[in-house]
Amino acid sequence: MQDIGLLFHGFAVVIQPYNLSLMVLGIVLGVIVGVLPGLGGANGIAILLPLTFSMSPTSAIIMLSCIYWGALFGGAITSILFNIPGEPWSVATTFDGYPMAQKGQAGEALTAAFTSSFVGALFAVIIITLVAPLVANFALQFGPPEIFAVYFLAFCSFVGLSKEPPFKTVASMMLGFALGAVGLDQVTGQLRLTFGAPQLLNGFDFLIAVIGLFGIGEILLTMEEGLSFRGKPAKLNMKVVLQTWAELPRYWLLSLRSCLIGCWMGISPAGATPASFMSYGIAKRISKKGHLFGTGQIEGVVAPETAAHAAGTSALLPMISLGVPGSPTAAVLLGGLLIWGLQPGPLLFTEQPDFVWGLIASMYMGNLVGLIIVLTCVPLFAAILKIPFSVIAPCILVFCAIGAYSVHNSTFDVIMMVVFGIAGYFMKKTNYPLAPLVLAIVLGDKAEEGFRQSLLASQGGFSVFWSSGLVSTIMALGLIALFWSVIQNTWTRFFGRKEEVRAAG
Amino acid sequence: MSDNVHESGGAGPSHRTVEVGVAAFLGLLAIVGMYGSVKVGIGWGAEGPRAGFFPFYVSALVLLSCGVNIANAMRVPDDGKIFAEWSQLGKVVSVVIPTAIYAVLVAYIGLYVSSALLIGLFMRWFGKYGWLATIAIAIIVPVLTFFMFEIWFLVPLPKGPLENYLGY
Repeated sequence: MQDIGLLFHGFAVVIQPYNLSLMVLGIVLGVIVGVLPGLGGANGIAILLPLTFSMSPTSAIIMLSCIYWGALFGGAITSILFNIPGEPWSVATTFDGYPMAQKGQAGEALTAAFTSSFVGALFAVIIITLVAPLVANFALQFGPPEIFAVYFLAFCSFVGLSKEPPFKTVASMMLGFALGAVGLDQVTGQLRLTFGAPQLLNGFDFLIAVIGLFGIGEILLTMEEGLSFRGKPAKLNMKVVLQTWAELPRYWLLSLRSCLIGCWMGISPAGATPASFMSYGIAKRISKKGHLFGTGQIEGVVAPETAAHAAGTSALLPMISLGVPGSPTAAVLLGGLLIWGLQPGPLLFTEQPDFVWGLIASMYMGNLVGLIIVLTCVPLFAAILKIPFSVIAPCILVFCAIGAYSVHNSTFDVIMMVVFGIAGYFMKKTNYPLAPLVLAIVLGDKAEEGFRQSLLASQGGFSVFWSSGLVSTIMALGLIALFWSVIQNTWTRFFGRKEEVRAAG
Repeated sequence: MSDNVHESGGAGPSHRTVEVGVAAFLGLLAIVGMYGSVKVGIGWGAEGPRAGFFPFYVSALVLLSCGVNIANAMRVPDDGKIFAEWSQLGKVVSVVIPTAIYAVLVAYIGLYVSSALLIGLFMRWFGKYGWLATIAIAIIVPVLTFFMFEIWFLVPLPKGPLENYLGY
């Protein structure tokens, strides 16, 4: 087992004092990002990315991934104490978490949420440790058609599995590809779609899009809704924690099921949000206390939190093994790799073992450190929400501007960020999903390159995408994912009620 | 969920109008994209598919889906659902305008000074804070930012006349 050795080497890298302190800093920043409205995992990391420019890639990824874990933990705090999901994936946690806090069981709810998050993440990291090297090894034999097919599969799953109307998903995804195409054409070196504007030479950077769409757009939404925080007091003492821990093993089956749902949804690009809803829905249907869900059942906290973290973590599996991010946050991390001069994809495992195994080791360590930090510092983080929005909002805007500027040291990007923000506000309110847009900007170049190289090799014949068993299989899976809702509807029509359980997805 | 149903009172633009507007705007972008692609060539060249090939079809798909989205929005009868109340939109605009001005100012007077102005404006205007608290926070945050980015993490941010005067 050479991998185990490499993993231990990774641990050795991670527990260096410098990296450990970055890890703690990352977790704390991440929890703050998760707690604050208008800042989420993806744009939080995008904003803090410039902090890592002067670091080594391994230290940088440790800090950034820890921001991600912190954000995942932080979402639960606001859901339970304030009934405000700090992140979309913690919406399902509010269903039972907030009623528990109202009954005076905030401590139990928080402990259950953090612990299940930890369990979910740990499960997903173990899966990554075992599976990612195999996937990467397998993917080494991919040529351009296979690479394009993998992207095709990723994007089709978005259309098929999304809750939004399919044509809105297509519109926003294709818009992302079009925006990604602006500027220098990678293959011919020709300029395109710039219309003579020198600012567009380098195209639209997806980090600007992330910060604008998610950061500024979210602030505008919050402003419109007129947020007011009415929180429950957060007290978390060791006794409550230990009591809850003693109770949790009873729900091992629930946890396992939620882990599996989470990993499945995370690796396919459906993401953490649907995973948490699906896990909650299934738990509600199966549990003996299902009819009490929504009144403050601890199972109703365990199920969505476990699944959300398992999904959030396993979204990194396709990112490190194939170079295809499973979520916007993973996409931002992938953007980081490019900035630090690493080429994401299957070769990463052979060329940068230090980096990959350092990242995987930091997943183990980061979640453990994160669990300890959130359990001990909940009141502190909850206090952040006591700061009025009129102080927080301009500070978030300032940090967004810093993040946008420092990507390319360009003040034009700050203006673009505001434009993206306004667009994000309108698109979000009219149910255009933003995640596919961002992923399309990131992957546009590579997907196009794979597409054109394949066509070049086949002299323009589209049959190249059905030329071998491997590429045909991936393409076929993509088509199934694309028409998934159509298939599901047909199935329902013919087989009636049986579909009910699966429709929960 | 982002689509709020406002049952009571409050006038505003109908959700359907905005829906159609957003789709039409995206469609317009798509037409611009197709036009730009045609200009660089969308056919087959010596080096395979030309530079405009991929963006052309991608933009065409945007246009097509926008057409479907507009048709979908028009097909259902208007249920009177509004996009947002005018007063809510007013709040949004009152954030957008200072932010837009801020984004432009950054290039001229530097990020730190314009940030101080933005924070001060928000606290004074929306938060109704006293001058002392406003000025204190509006100065402390940019100064902390300065230390965090320029000194600890070595990330240079845009500077203006004030920073030049201070020797940075």
